[in-house]
Amino acid sequence: MSDRIRMTIDGREIAVEPGTTVAAALMMNGVHSFRESPNGDERGPLCGMGICFECRMTVNGASGVRTCNLLCADGMEVSTQ
Amino acid sequence: MTSSRSDILVVGAGPAGLAAAVTAAETGCQVTLVDDNPHVGGQVWRAERETLPPRAAQWYARARQAKVHMVGGATVVYAPSPHELFAHSVDGAKKFQCEKLILATGAHERFLPFPGWTLPGVVGVGGLQALVKGGLPVVGKRVALVGTGPLLLAVGAFLMQRGAHVLCIAEQARRTRVLAFGASLAWHPRKLREAVKLKRATRPIPRQYSTWPLAIRARSQSLEIDLTRKPESAAAVTKTLECDLIGCGFGVVPDTVLARALGCDLNGEAVRVNDHQQTSIANVYCAGESNGIGGADLALVEGEVAALRACGQTIGRDLQKRLDRGRSFAQGLNDTYQLRDELRHLGQEDTIVCRCEDVPLEHLHPYGSFRDAKLKTRCGMGACQGRVCGGALAFLRGWAPDSVRPPYAPIPMEDFARMCADATT
Ligand SMILES: Cc1cc2nc3c(=O)[nH]c(=O)nc-3n(C[C@H](O)[C@H](O)[C@H](O)COP(=O)(O)OP(=O)(O)OC[C@H]3O[C@@H](n4cnc5c(N)ncnc54)[C@H](O)[C@@H]3O)c2cc1C
Ligand code: FES
Repeated sequence: MSDRIRMTIDGREIAVEPGTTVAAALMMNGVHSFRESPNGDERGPLCGMGICFECRMTVNGASGVRTCNLLCADGMEVSTQ
Repeated sequence: MTSSRSDILVVGAGPAGLAAAVTAAETGCQVTLVDDNPHVGGQVWRAERETLPPRAAQWYARARQAKVHMVGGATVVYAPSPHELFAHSVDGAKKFQCEKLILATGAHERFLPFPGWTLPGVVGVGGLQALVKGGLPVVGKRVALVGTGPLLLAVGAFLMQRGAHVLCIAEQARRTRVLAFGASLAWHPRKLREAVKLKRATRPIPRQYSTWPLAIRARSQSLEIDLTRKPESAAAVTKTLECDLIGCGFGVVPDTVLARALGCDLNGEAVRVNDHQQTSIANVYCAGESNGIGGADLALVEGEVAALRACGQTIGRDLQKRLDRGRSFAQGLNDTYQLRDELRHLGQEDTIVCRCEDVPLEHLHPYGSFRDAKLKTRCGMGACQGRVCGGALAFLRGWAPDSVRPPYAPIPMEDFARMCADATT
């Protein structure tokens, strides 16, 4: 479908429906651990609304971006590292 | 940095902020409405994919008609004065100047620490709904919803409709209390209709009262949750459920970060306002759940009242009546879903309380206030600025939130430095 949004997760190309948040796109593509806590524990989205900062990722080179209230866009590059 | 000036700036575009912005603009004021989210609607009317729910769409249309300047995807991170605020967004910093400020920053969920609550896949109840509205498919997923409040039912109905297999709704409140509250809704016909609809929609979901979580464990492909039910005059019964996702939320907490940063007084966990939604700081008003939990209808009325007062208008008898009715509903809601004492003891010594800085419960024992704990353990010093652990510690320890320092959300230091340099106050 041409109206789907194309973007990459760690270089892997994915396509999602318009209006999908980056957090949802990551979860539906098998990413559940979004962040490592100071002790090294895995963490994923908690609040879904921009409050907890557990869903932070590197987006288009900028680190620490909250992905739950960010919409996917064509050509977006998400890095889980 | 872009810059704009208006008579009235409204922060938060949920029901309260939308009603405030529309009301002020319709009386002829120049209004700017700013929100963190890409779309208007706040929590209750969150857009699903690109589509706004009908009530939000109506308010949005009215806001456009009234020429409200709407700015989405911008987080207010610095407020050197009530007349000058700075926001951070993906397309750069924004400066807002205004005569009067209306805070409609809403509320967020309260999370309580217990073993396993930090595992990926354990999300807020509203948080899960938000993720699904953002496109996360849940068809066939086994979901447990635990915590308290009508949100459990609303989200249960929503998830079922999206094809999830909702295994249970575990409500900590006693059944008798919830039933009594249901009966009192006869005074609030609109709420009664909503409640009946929700009850019908969630009928297939097993619902348990006086029930709360003890622990969650990660299995290779799923999660396992232990729930305990403590009936009035019988021994507790514990059962274990295997699920894919767990929604956990113990009510909602007013978001007072911006209000506190501006020096507004609090009343318990909420912003203190007078009968006209005015805060303790001149020219600053507050409407909606940031001044107390009460649902969307009360938020709408409060938004209207705040805007009329900010524009120097009087409050009509009808509006006053709606405000009083909303407040009485809010009182009943808060009494019914009050957290029970047993929930104070869910955490173990090594259970993490502050997720940002990984501070366990045992490290907090020596301290008597948030400020002390913060300085010595870094609890509440992380990216969320204590929004998550603050809600827990207010209940567990009765700790009042500590003062806030800008930026109110982590942003690149150079962006913040530019805001400081640009601030005139
Ligand atoms: C997660 C969650 C889900 C909910 N779901 C439902 C539901 O399904 N049904 C229901 O009846 N009730 C629901 N509620 C209850 C609901 O909060 C209220 O009924 C209603 O949304 C309150 O409206 P409000 O305008 O006060 O605040 P909100 O709707 O919370 O809106 C506040 C807005 O302010 C924004 N904001 C806050 N701080 C800033 C800042 N610094 N800069 C920019 N923007 C900011 C927020 O992003 C938000 O959009 C939910 C509550 C929560 C916390
Ligand atoms: S999930 Fe909490 S900020 Fe994104």
